[in-house]
Amino acid sequence: MTEMSEFAELFGLFNYWVFIVLLLIGLYTIIAKSNYIKRLIGLNVFQSAVFLLYISMDKVEGGTAPIILDAGADQIFSNPLPQVLILTAIVVGIATTALGLAIVVRIREQFGSIEEQDILEMETP
Amino acid sequence: MSFANHVIIFLVAVPLAVAPVISLLRVRHLPWLMACITSLFVFVLSIQLTQSVLHSGDVTYALGSWPAPYGIELRAGALTAMMTVIVSGVSTMALWFGRYGIYVEVGEQRAHYFYAAWMLVLAGLLGIAVTGDAFNVFVFMEISSLATYVLIAGGPDRRALTAVLKYLIMGTIGATFYLIGVGLVYMMTGTLNFADMEIRLADVENLRPVLVAAGFITVGLALKAAIFPLHVWMPNAYTYAPSAVAVFLSACSTKIALFILLKFDFFVFQKNLAGHDVQFSWFLMPLAAIAIIFGSAVAINENNIKRLLGYSSVAQLGYILMGASFVTYLGLSGGILHIFNHALIKATLFMAVACVFYRVRSAELKDFAGIAQKMPWTMAAFVLAGVALIGVPFTAGFTSKWLLIKAALEAGVVGYLLLAVVLIGSLMALVYVWKVVELAYFKPATADLSRVSEAPLMMRIPLWIMVLMTLYFGIDPSYPVRLANAAAVSLLGHLS
Repeated sequence: MTEMSEFAELFGLFNYWVFIVLLLIGLYTIIAKSNYIKRLIGLNVFQSAVFLLYISMDKVEGGTAPIILDAGADQIFSNPLPQVLILTAIVVGIATTALGLAIVVRIREQFGSIEEQDILEMETP
Repeated sequence: MSFANHVIIFLVAVPLAVAPVISLLRVRHLPWLMACITSLFVFVLSIQLTQSVLHSGDVTYALGSWPAPYGIELRAGALTAMMTVIVSGVSTMALWFGRYGIYVEVGEQRAHYFYAAWMLVLAGLLGIAVTGDAFNVFVFMEISSLATYVLIAGGPDRRALTAVLKYLIMGTIGATFYLIGVGLVYMMTGTLNFADMEIRLADVENLRPVLVAAGFITVGLALKAAIFPLHVWMPNAYTYAPSAVAVFLSACSTKIALFILLKFDFFVFQKNLAGHDVQFSWFLMPLAAIAIIFGSAVAINENNIKRLLGYSSVAQLGYILMGASFVTYLGLSGGILHIFNHALIKATLFMAVACVFYRVRSAELKDFAGIAQKMPWTMAAFVLAGVALIGVPFTAGFTSKWLLIKAALEAGVVGYLLLAVVLIGSLMALVYVWKVVELAYFKPATADLSRVSEAPLMMRIPLWIMVLMTLYFGIDPSYPVRLANAAAVSLLGHLS
């Protein structure tokens, strides 16, 4: 019984486990890869993980979408605020990725490569 | 509601609204002129804000008339007011100073976009300073950071691009860590307002998520603030950025991140997490001490003057952080005063180097040989600002270091160690400033300097205004000291 409830508790935190795993995958990609595009994708995964954290925490058990249904009826709603916040963060993420990719395009124009190893060799004469 | 009531929102709204207008202006000097006027206007507003904060306490503003915990609240205390003065003041001087350099380094056909991005940085930095809402800080941080990446990538050297990509990745990781921290605090309190957070955290039973949040926020902002050992993005970003941008950013961007770090740690966490002040102190104090020694040591061995100044910034940020990590009245006011003084000094030094760069087209140390005979005004300014960086009496750098030394003497045995670090750091600053001075004044020129002349008058005037202010605030530091003391009182007021 206790094992069951422990399992349920762990499984209840499933979203948060996925958040942590995604976060680490993103961070690992940023650190380990030398290709700039792969790094930016890693950065994107890293940011997306946080979206999941925010969306997980707004969920109220048994709650529906925060829309007014029947006048006067009691209704449990999920918290809409984190969704609004994360919408902003998603926009920021898109802007960052777009700017990053634009810089990578310029790097490709200037250096002819997007591998960090090649570029480091070019920078140190 | 009169105009005076809206000063605080105009600080953010005016540059934000001017940015798209500037990007449409294609007439030769008009984008620059408009950016300058906007920046100056914001500077005047922030002076006015500072006056009202000093006379009648904190200024609050409910955005859209929504009351505080529900709507977004703007709030300005002494520390905020000081940050707005630093940011808008340095921005004005750097714009005035940078006009010629930006035409050369960025190119005339891109200048209007460049100034539009500059206005976005200004709006973002001021927004971070005045907002009282934790998520808003993230949004403004990303506005200013994204525009900052654009400004740095405008640099003439192709290495600016790789430097900026590194900065982009590091900066985004930092901002995302901050976002995770804010999310965890929101999860436990259900509010994003700083003042409300502090009150509601007191009722939270399980504090472990808050502790994790404190860790994420501290590390995330430490990345943004280039605190040792998270500084690796900074020296290259400043080295390859257009000179005026280096002036602006070296004085403002990292300090704003430090300011938010102080705000979060002192306003929100210190009171509610048991022993947080001790953890804060023991975590950051060694980092600050290492930053001072390490940053100065690398600066001594550096052969590019812009990068030398970048590493010197790592060391100087160490002083600010050391002051904060004492968690005492003297330490905090010393650290906060050093924010002001260092902004002034480092902006002046970068300006002087930019003058030389404008004429010689190099910031390599060897190209500075014998330059003082050709550019006496510029190098004299460099010497005076360098002397202030070392912390000689009657310059701005002295007052804050004096307060830090007094704070270290209060702190017992550890304090003597830190006192030694401050003194060794100052001596090392003497070494790397002297390295430049010796070459410029006492060595014969290695390269052909016959075509090098003094920097244009319109570059020298803002440079010398900054130098004179550095000297003035060394002789009569009462204005920044009053602000720093008020800020230290309000930060510590949340501790008991």
